[in-house]
Amino acid sequence: MSIIAYIDPALPWAGQAAASFIASASFGVLFQVPKRTLVRCGLSGMLGWLLYVLLAERIDAVPATLAAALLVTVIAQLFARLYRTPVIVFSVAGIIPLVPGGVAYDAMRSVVENRYDESLPLAAKAFMLSGAIAIGLVLSEVVNPLLSRLGVRHRRR
Amino acid sequence: METDEMQRLERVTEVCLLAGKIMMQNGGETYRVEDTMTRIAAAYGMRDSHSFVTPTGILFAVDGAASATRLIRISERSTDLNKVTLVNDISRRIGRGELTPEEARRLLQRIEGIPAAYRPSLQAAAAALASGCFLLMFQGRLADFIPAMLAGGLGFAALVLFHRLVAVKLFAEFVASVVVGTLAVLFVQAGFGHELDRIIIGSVMPLVPGLLLTNAVRDLIAGHLVSGLSKGAEAFLTAFAIGTGIAFVLSVY
Repeated sequence: MSIIAYIDPALPWAGQAAASFIASASFGVLFQVPKRTLVRCGLSGMLGWLLYVLLAERIDAVPATLAAALLVTVIAQLFARLYRTPVIVFSVAGIIPLVPGGVAYDAMRSVVENRYDESLPLAAKAFMLSGAIAIGLVLSEVVNPLLSRLGVRHRRR
Repeated sequence: METDEMQRLERVTEVCLLAGKIMMQNGGETYRVEDTMTRIAAAYGMRDSHSFVTPTGILFAVDGAASATRLIRISERSTDLNKVTLVNDISRRIGRGELTPEEARRLLQRIEGIPAAYRPSLQAAAAALASGCFLLMFQGRLADFIPAMLAGGLGFAALVLFHRLVAVKLFAEFVASVVVGTLAVLFVQAGFGHELDRIIIGSVMPLVPGLLLTNAVRDLIAGHLVSGLSKGAEAFLTAFAIGTGIAFVLSVY
């Protein structure tokens, strides 16, 4: 009776792609991005999330998040150059699906229920995941000159 | 001659400050703001300029034949990346020599006044949609999609409403997360929703300070420790307020 969207064999990728696209684009609305960039915001978040889901099945969530954040940043830089829009527009909407909401919530939940011993590893995990996102963002500074050398047409803002 | 020079300096400085102020007030990153300000000054022939940008004020100084230092205060911050983009466009045009300081100032003032691209009601709908989608992404059930949508959308609406009533944003965040938690609990108890945890996680996402966090990290990396730390602190406090709100509801439940 209740469909669990993640396990349904026909749906997982299509469902995850659609959900992450809509979620990222909706966050674009919350951040008041220019209307013409909404679809690209959705794309950036969708691709990052799909990579994360793909990797998280095989490796730990932290490196998966790092890789996904890096992908989002690369895409955001690409879009920023191609469409002459500040990179923050695409990177922030794309990063949102990777924010460790679930883990942070579990950590908080265990504190509320006085299970402090469980909360510490969860909080540490949430911190690590946030750090992975931060590093992914930082690596964009490396990506920029690479893109320049590959000759992607750009204006420096 | 000297007064002309001074006047031009004044006008250019005004344009730089206004551009910086609009960007900071609407969610721009600190290094981008400083970069934009010095570029505008350079485009108008003032190559020796320094800008010091924090989330609460901007200092801008120009050296040279005539020199000036100006301060502008930033009293409130919200998120409007459309305005950041528009200011960016203006600064590009200035760089190409298309605008005089007068024209630039007028355009910037107009940007300051334009309303937000999406009305709060539309934003609440987007928040609702995002909440439902996050539920699915975090392996929630399709049956919980609508409860998450409702809790998330109404929670966001509560945020906007309470922020208008009380200027303290943290309080509005706290109340909004209490609303989200309460609705989620009510839905589950009424049998309308099933997995409480997933519903709450999904519907709380629109409240999460994503832009603040992203900018805090980027500022810290770029060496803007003052901005990075203060935005980081604000993001942390917001997350704390939200966590406390939910914890409060859960402890009662």
